[in-house]
Amino acid sequence: MRKIVFVYIFLLVSFSSYSQDMTALIMRVKAKLDQVNDYEADGRMKTDVSFIKAPIGKVKVYFKKPNKFRLKKDGGISLLPKGGVSVNMNSIFATSDFVALAAGEAIIGGSKTRIVKLLPANENSDIVLTTMYIDETNLLVKKAVTTTRENGTYEIEMSYGQYTQYGLPDKVVFTFNTKDYKLPKGITLEFNDEEKPLSEADKMKNKKGRVEITYTNYQINKGVPDAVFK
Amino acid sequence: MWTLIQVELYKIFRRPRTYIAFIAVAGLIGVIQFGLKLDGDAYVGFMMRDITSSLTVEGKILNGYQVCYIVLQILLIHVPLLIALVAADMISGEANMGTLRIMLTKPMSRTHFLLAKFLAAVVYTLLLLVWLAILALFLNMLLFGVDDLFLLKSQYVVLLKKDDIFWRYAWAFGFAALSMTTVASLGFLFSQFAENSIGPIVATMSVIIFFTILSTLNIPIFNKVKPFLFTTHMIGWKEFFDIKVNDANESIKGSIQNPQKIITSAIVLFLHIIGFVTASVLVFRKKDVLS
Amino acid sequence: MGTIVKVSGLTKSFKHNTAVNDLSFSVNEGDVYGFLGQNGAGKSTTIRMLVTLIAPTAGEIEIFGMPLNKNRIEILRQIGAVIEKPDVYKYLSAFENLSLFARLSGVSLPDAKLMDQLDKVGLAHRAKDTVKTFSQGMKQRLGIAIALVHDPRLIILDEPTNGLDPQGIADIRNLILHLSRDLQKTVIVSSHLLNEIEQVASRVLIIDKGKKIVEGNALDLFDPAQTIVELQTFDNQYALEQLEISSWAQHLQPQRDSAILIKIDRLQIPQLHRDLVDMDIQLLSIQPRHSLEDYFLQVTSANQHVDTYSS
Repeated sequence: MRKIVFVYIFLLVSFSSYSQDMTALIMRVKAKLDQVNDYEADGRMKTDVSFIKAPIGKVKVYFKKPNKFRLKKDGGISLLPKGGVSVNMNSIFATSDFVALAAGEAIIGGSKTRIVKLLPANENSDIVLTTMYIDETNLLVKKAVTTTRENGTYEIEMSYGQYTQYGLPDKVVFTFNTKDYKLPKGITLEFNDEEKPLSEADKMKNKKGRVEITYTNYQINKGVPDAVFK
Repeated sequence: MWTLIQVELYKIFRRPRTYIAFIAVAGLIGVIQFGLKLDGDAYVGFMMRDITSSLTVEGKILNGYQVCYIVLQILLIHVPLLIALVAADMISGEANMGTLRIMLTKPMSRTHFLLAKFLAAVVYTLLLLVWLAILALFLNMLLFGVDDLFLLKSQYVVLLKKDDIFWRYAWAFGFAALSMTTVASLGFLFSQFAENSIGPIVATMSVIIFFTILSTLNIPIFNKVKPFLFTTHMIGWKEFFDIKVNDANESIKGSIQNPQKIITSAIVLFLHIIGFVTASVLVFRKKDVLS
Repeated sequence: MGTIVKVSGLTKSFKHNTAVNDLSFSVNEGDVYGFLGQNGAGKSTTIRMLVTLIAPTAGEIEIFGMPLNKNRIEILRQIGAVIEKPDVYKYLSAFENLSLFARLSGVSLPDAKLMDQLDKVGLAHRAKDTVKTFSQGMKQRLGIAIALVHDPRLIILDEPTNGLDPQGIADIRNLILHLSRDLQKTVIVSSHLLNEIEQVASRVLIIDKGKKIVEGNALDLFDPAQTIVELQTFDNQYALEQLEISSWAQHLQPQRDSAILIKIDRLQIPQLHRDLVDMDIQLLSIQPRHSLEDYFLQVTSANQHVDTYSS
């Protein structure tokens, strides 16, 4: 126990030397995002979970400062990683109350990134830890891994293109853990027992789910009525 | 032959018993609709426990298409009993009433008479399915609206776009018609062998219940038998609601996962119908009318 | 008069019994052909074979000069039949039943004509009522209207008076006579009651246990060379003993009810009378029987009564 406390203190001390730096970086990223007061965009959403057969869906996203976010389908049913989609960069940055720690560097999507660990100061926050991979030159978050209390860990990977200047991604990929899915045949009233072919069964074992949203047609700072967030 | 069919249809639809099935279907669907309208979210929540632990499902799951699927899933197991009520009575009922005597002294071939009766039973079956479609599909589309169909299968879930569903129902009802005609032909065959309708009705129901249980039980020794039971093939309509996915795991609109399976089941059912009707004709042509 | 029905060697065996055994007979055009036998004698089975409800095990049936098994539909087109109970669709009205069976018999009649037919059997006022509500007699009359609706050449009535009241029975009798005399139809009528047949039949077939006992003109059967004399005595036991040792023994018939039956020539009756007095038999009555009933009972019940006699 004493050892753990010691290690913890050591880590804290060693990170704290960087922490100032990292907060500044975060602030710069945040400032970039702050140019955007609101936006709406069209998205194509693809759900890729081994046990789900779903078509590509169309969505519309709306954002308004400080942290209003809404993903709307144009009708239909959509499957989203639990709690995941509503978490976007802006909402992560909305709270200024965090500790940012540097945790090295990595290459994401061909560009060099700084790894920053964000620890919320509020102990009751659902987010336990967010690890960000930030492209320092362009001030873009390339990847974020968030661990939550309730909804497990999910990963958001972003690619940028046309809207780089606003820090808005063209494509967001959520990767998350899924639990096993099985319903008794008695409930689904299936009689046929043909088990899935092996290759497909293997695919089912892969418990990572992905939801991919490709955005187009951003309307930035054109004003979004509050009504859409209700 | 045409006169005979007309006469048989006339007889079927003048009998009060015929309408029991229509009322029963309406009642059952009404109960399901009422229940789902009132407490459908709880039902959906129960079915979706596994899904919602890692995913948020947004949208109107309990829409008309979903309710129709639930209704068909529950009802198509029981509709055979209603079909048996009329089909298994076709010959035995006439024997019981004594009218078989007078019918068969009329100048017509026994084969024609039997086929006319069978066709009348088929028309009844189809009308019952049309009724089912009106109540389960069209009425629910009105009551619950139309949206994507989110189906929970035992090993995976399927999400169908709303514009990719109606044709599946059309085919599913077509397939159900084939299944139910198989039931009708079985009941019809049994109705040759008795002079009251209770026996054949109970016999038909028993066979279906027995086979369905065998089809449902997941015991290896029975699994060998399953492909040979027509009840296993009767639920083939569900295959219309399974969609193919491409390599990127995107579902392909307008596709069916396993069309070959549907075709096989349809052929099996069709052969059963041919077999049962042929057997009926052969038995009936030789039958001594003693009633 | 041509032969309308010709049956030869007709046999029908069921699993455990032979209902009809090597039966041959023929019906001529214009006959009212009485078909007599006790319940279970094979009448019904035979009649069902005539209308193809039952397939014969062996034998030939020719109707209107055509083999029945090859010309079934053509032959049935010209037959009207009421087989046993006149069962029709109870949930339909009299009119609907008649109209339905008219169509099945291959005729399409206007409603007025159908109503006419119902009127003839006295059902016009109940035409719209469901048959459920009909009495047995009304059902029988409707059955007959259905049997006649397509104006058949041959009419087959199987036990037509079963369950009818005396008025109903009389109606059927008159109808049969009307069909035969006024419309020149050929009628086959079966019954286990002799007096029914006796009053209408021109020819009679009596069967028992599936076998033909006798076939002939009703008139011949009415007045056979031999007459049955029925004796009622004060002490039948004594009378029988006396008769059995007399020259009349060979004429003794199996006993029926409380009567002693002796089959003799009509002219021998006075001699019998004298002998009875000589034998000191106290006679209560002596009655010669002419009617077919005695003949019927005599030929059909013989075995049965021997059993009673010996036990």
